[in-house]
Amino acid sequence: MSTYIIRRLFHSVIIILIVSLIVFLLLRALPGDPIMMLIAQNTNMEWTPEMIEALRDSKGLNDSLPVQYFRWFSMMLRGDFGVSIMHNYNIGEQLKSKVVVSMMLGICSFAVSIIVGPLLGIISAIRRGKFIDNVVTIFANIGITAPQFWIAILLIFLFSMRLQLLPIYGYTLPWVNLGLCIRQSILPVFVTALGPIASTARQTRSSVLEVLGEDYVRTAWAKGMNERKVLMKHVLKNSLMPIVTLQGTMLRQIVGGSVVVERVFVIPGMGKFMVDAMQGRDYTVVQSVTVVMTLVVVISYLIVDLLYGWVDPRIQYD
Amino acid sequence: MDRLLTVTGLSTEFRTERGIVKAVNNISYTVNESEIVGLVGESGCGKSVSQLSVMQLIPNPPGRIVAGSVDFDGTDLLQYKRESNEMCAIRGRYISMIFQEPMTSLNPALTICRQMTEVMIEHLGTEYKEAREKSIDMLDQVGIPDAAKRIDDYPHQFSGGMRQRVMVAMAMLCNPKMIIADEATTALDATIQAQLLELLYGMVDKYKTALVMVTHNLGVVARYVNRINVMYAGSIVESGTVNEIWANPMHPYTEGLLSCVPRLGEKLVPIKGMPPSLVNRPDTCPFAARCRYRQKQCFEQPVSELTLVEGTHYSACAVKLEGKV
Repeated sequence: MSTYIIRRLFHSVIIILIVSLIVFLLLRALPGDPIMMLIAQNTNMEWTPEMIEALRDSKGLNDSLPVQYFRWFSMMLRGDFGVSIMHNYNIGEQLKSKVVVSMMLGICSFAVSIIVGPLLGIISAIRRGKFIDNVVTIFANIGITAPQFWIAILLIFLFSMRLQLLPIYGYTLPWVNLGLCIRQSILPVFVTALGPIASTARQTRSSVLEVLGEDYVRTAWAKGMNERKVLMKHVLKNSLMPIVTLQGTMLRQIVGGSVVVERVFVIPGMGKFMVDAMQGRDYTVVQSVTVVMTLVVVISYLIVDLLYGWVDPRIQYD
Repeated sequence: MDRLLTVTGLSTEFRTERGIVKAVNNISYTVNESEIVGLVGESGCGKSVSQLSVMQLIPNPPGRIVAGSVDFDGTDLLQYKRESNEMCAIRGRYISMIFQEPMTSLNPALTICRQMTEVMIEHLGTEYKEAREKSIDMLDQVGIPDAAKRIDDYPHQFSGGMRQRVMVAMAMLCNPKMIIADEATTALDATIQAQLLELLYGMVDKYKTALVMVTHNLGVVARYVNRINVMYAGSIVESGTVNEIWANPMHPYTEGLLSCVPRLGEKLVPIKGMPPSLVNRPDTCPFAARCRYRQKQCFEQPVSELTLVEGTHYSACAVKLEGKV
């Protein structure tokens, strides 16, 4: 078990190295230049080519790519994410507050999706072909196919503008103002969780239906277990196996989806941070945010794989 | 011996896209207390479906019990709904079932301990610790070595034969009045099969439990059972004690089955042809197409009811009963 974890952590390090390298190279391959962006924003100054060159030099952008990469990566290993090219702020400090906001929303969305998704799936499997099953299926199909930003806009239009029940945008931390936080969280959490809920519900439905036809479920009936016990003790755990695997993917989807959702709801989280930095070609910020997001995903995959062993005793780690 | 189970006119159908499959067609049989009854027939003849119908374990839809009564110890089981508390209180407590597939019949995600103790906790209200003790004791009796340790293992850590032993132990836990062994030894190899049969017969003898042996292999039942019911295409075609049937098979199908039992040095004589489709079957004799005694009347008249030959021996072949062959 511990050797397995160590090996997986080693894999995680390699993944992060590769991701950091790719994002580093891709950013520089993109058209656009952070220095030109910076200049474009400061039009009140007269920029001579020498000044631009000096600016570029001071940001370390004139060094060769390997030197830039290793400088950035070794700084990050020491916990220093560097300074934003555009706005000169300390990225580490900014990230801290953004990560908290994104984590709050992400964890809420994930919690909602792992509770509601399997629940809907189980209900529609048990009531297969009945009204409720059809409702869940339609809901799930919408959740899988409809783009998040579109759902978000529709919901803002309906609940915030027409009915004026919920705030249109923004985010407040729960320890600052809990009531406002909850009201502001409802729509973003729902939109973020919608896709995962839909996928999980569909997967759970087919998984439960499959397990219901297994021989050991018939054995459980033959032992005189009632419906509730058959479902809770014999069907649930077995049908959870593929669901647990799926949750790793769902977490990735939530982290990735936050980029869109935070933008639409104007939430100062990692996603919006990333998009803003992207538009300014702020290399260091985009790189750092990507690495942090990768870290979150890699760790969640590890947790999922460990959970899998708990759900399915046939899996051995060695 | 007192009558334990009386099945009368039991019929089970499956609705499929191709039509209604009459898997079990108007069968009647009885089981006495602590008696061993064999139910013999080839694959797909409705043996398992008939037993699952008694337990009300037919998946519905598509299956449906359409007629008959199952009188168990004075109560008609078919009056209860499939998922009703009354039916759950009988399954596993008074009637246990052992299934064919030892590899898949145990829940892979739960330890043997949890799967065994839950039966006693459910039916007898036993405390967990006591249930565990009794489970270990029962595993010991079915010949699981080191039972106290193995009980915490998962099914995948057992071999097929061992799992079937666990199933036997689990079936015996509440000291039921009747056990249905549905092809319980079919999936095992011959030596393990023999061991398991000895074990099963030993256990029911010890606890005075009635046993219904469902099998396609006459050799499996011949040595131990009191009475045999031979099933073909959803109906019981012959019924009687082992001696009656062995000495004087009165249905051509039984005769064919008997000649199918392998004997050393002799050539096997298979029954020619295939069993008939059970979809929209006419009410003439289902075996006629494969029968070597068949006559014109077999294709014209409805198949005859089970008719007394002598003693407790019944047969449904009119041609042989009339002594025409």
